[in-house]
Amino acid sequence: MTAADTQEAAGPPAPPVPRDPKGTDGRPTPGNGTVRATGKRRRKKGELLPFLLILPAIIAIAAVYAFPLTKTVIMSFQDMGRRELWTGESPPWVGFEQFTNILGDSEFWSVTGRTVLFMAVCVGLTMAIGLLVAMMMTRLSTWVRLTLTAALIAAWSMPLMVAASIFRWLSDSDYGLLNTLIAKVVGEDFLGHNWFLDPWQGFAIITLLVVWGAVPFVVITLYAALTQVPRELEEAAALDGANVRGIFRYVTWPVIRPVFVMVTTLSVIWDFNVFGQIWLLRGNKPEPEYETLGLYSFSKAFESTSFSQGTAIALITVLLLSGVAVFYLRQLMKTGEVE
Amino acid sequence: MTTSTSTAPAPVPATPPAIVKQKLRPDRKKSRGVYDVLGLLFAVVMAFPVYWLVISSLRPNHEIRSYDQTLWPSSLTFDNFARAVEQPNFSTAVQSSLIVSVTAVVGGMIIATLAALAIGRFRFFGRRALLMVLILVQMLPPTAMLIPIYAQLNAMGGLDEYWGLIVVYLVSTLPFAIIMIRGFVVNIPVELEESAMVDGCTRMGAFRRVIFPLLAPGLAAASIFALVNAWNEYLFAYILINDNSKYTLNVWLMTFTTERGTDYGALMASSTLIALPVVVFFMIIQKKMATGLTSGAVKG
Repeated sequence: MTAADTQEAAGPPAPPVPRDPKGTDGRPTPGNGTVRATGKRRRKKGELLPFLLILPAIIAIAAVYAFPLTKTVIMSFQDMGRRELWTGESPPWVGFEQFTNILGDSEFWSVTGRTVLFMAVCVGLTMAIGLLVAMMMTRLSTWVRLTLTAALIAAWSMPLMVAASIFRWLSDSDYGLLNTLIAKVVGEDFLGHNWFLDPWQGFAIITLLVVWGAVPFVVITLYAALTQVPRELEEAAALDGANVRGIFRYVTWPVIRPVFVMVTTLSVIWDFNVFGQIWLLRGNKPEPEYETLGLYSFSKAFESTSFSQGTAIALITVLLLSGVAVFYLRQLMKTGEVE
Repeated sequence: MTTSTSTAPAPVPATPPAIVKQKLRPDRKKSRGVYDVLGLLFAVVMAFPVYWLVISSLRPNHEIRSYDQTLWPSSLTFDNFARAVEQPNFSTAVQSSLIVSVTAVVGGMIIATLAALAIGRFRFFGRRALLMVLILVQMLPPTAMLIPIYAQLNAMGGLDEYWGLIVVYLVSTLPFAIIMIRGFVVNIPVELEESAMVDGCTRMGAFRRVIFPLLAPGLAAASIFALVNAWNEYLFAYILINDNSKYTLNVWLMTFTTERGTDYGALMASSTLIALPVVVFFMIIQKKMATGLTSGAVKG
């Protein structure tokens, strides 16, 4: 099914239009396969309209996404530094030099590994907690569900900056609640413990922050999907002797799967691009061992002022993520979302 | 009335899905209590950081700078809020945030609605490609855009100007807003529009009298979502604006951290002020959000 004409051909004859003397005042109604189109002029208008409607969006997206992306590609093959930025001279072409430098740099690989690991842990935790809590929500008393929803929304609506500030405060080495509570258990020695000296511990705090911020969206979205599962089917499956796991696998899961996949993919992308949380928890000056790909690209561009290095790293990140993106699109097409 | 072919990808019920009231089987009742306890526990865990934010903002400073943090403050004070509001550039930061977010959202919503109508109501050449582009665009890491946008704005003299930030925010809300509004458009039965046109409305009239009123709640949800995103954005605001009299609130928050440490009391108080409008807005739209997000996906 592509164009409107197949629609029109396939459609049943339109009901006779009541001739309302006041109504149509001679103006043709541009139909989109609903009212039988007769005049050529009318068809044309109907076909042009959607393009006119999407034009502003296309222009805007081209200006802020397509153009910079093209520029990213171009800059990656040049050597743009601070001087070129301020003088406006065109930077020298260096071919694949930026890429060979980056790919031959062991630091780049450790940053990539760190990014992927961090993303995997965050997504795994977020989706597991999210699904369990969403399923639990279908079995709660109304007042508990409302309380939980309120708590989730309160967490969800915390601006990233605010959330990062709270977690910085909670994990503060001198006055943070975390140290106070742990010191009560393991003893006074723990007071003044700096969570960010060891990147593993630091990333544990960052993961907590990311998962805490992401779970509400996942729970609420999955819960909305779960309410679409026909109760009768679950009941029927239960009557036919399916156990809890069977009901989930054969009744619930097929219904929520598209949403689950969508949310997972979004989480993968978001967590891969986590920037602000790390940036802020490290007080705008992340140490090298806290750099994920986004931060790495950023520091190369703005601190070492090698903009081309930064864009080349960003481009590699885009390529890495494009695999995820393609998978996501295929899933969407399967579920008929992109029709 | 015979229904003609609809342009929506699938037959869509006339009303958006309501949350289904669930009947309980008797054997579920027993496990109810266990789930309720677990649910409340999880609610406490999720809400705790928010509680800590609010409570810290109301504590006297000697309690904040204490090695023995208590879960309950001994007394409440507004000193922190006073310090927060007296911090230089507070009012200009509020102004900047409002100007940038509101302008970006109003512009973004107009453009997004037009595009969503086209995608939700017409089948045209390139429609699928456009949807794919929208989805893909959301996956681009912000840093990939940041450097060229910075260089470009620098060349155009758009650094330290509101408009540069507005354009970036406006466009970054588009993909999600278009997809979300399209979800609401698809939920409006095409027959309504048809019958309005049969009764003599033009397409524009049908939109104004029939579609728009039905779309309004969805639009409100999408705008609030976009507003929250713009309000919360940090990275671009930090990089594109260097003039501290034009800082947005998020960037201004960083001024509480100096070499001498962080004034957590004032930081928490200002954070509360920043988060408050967002929380209220979120409460209003949360149901709509989930519906808008899942309506297309679940119903295919």
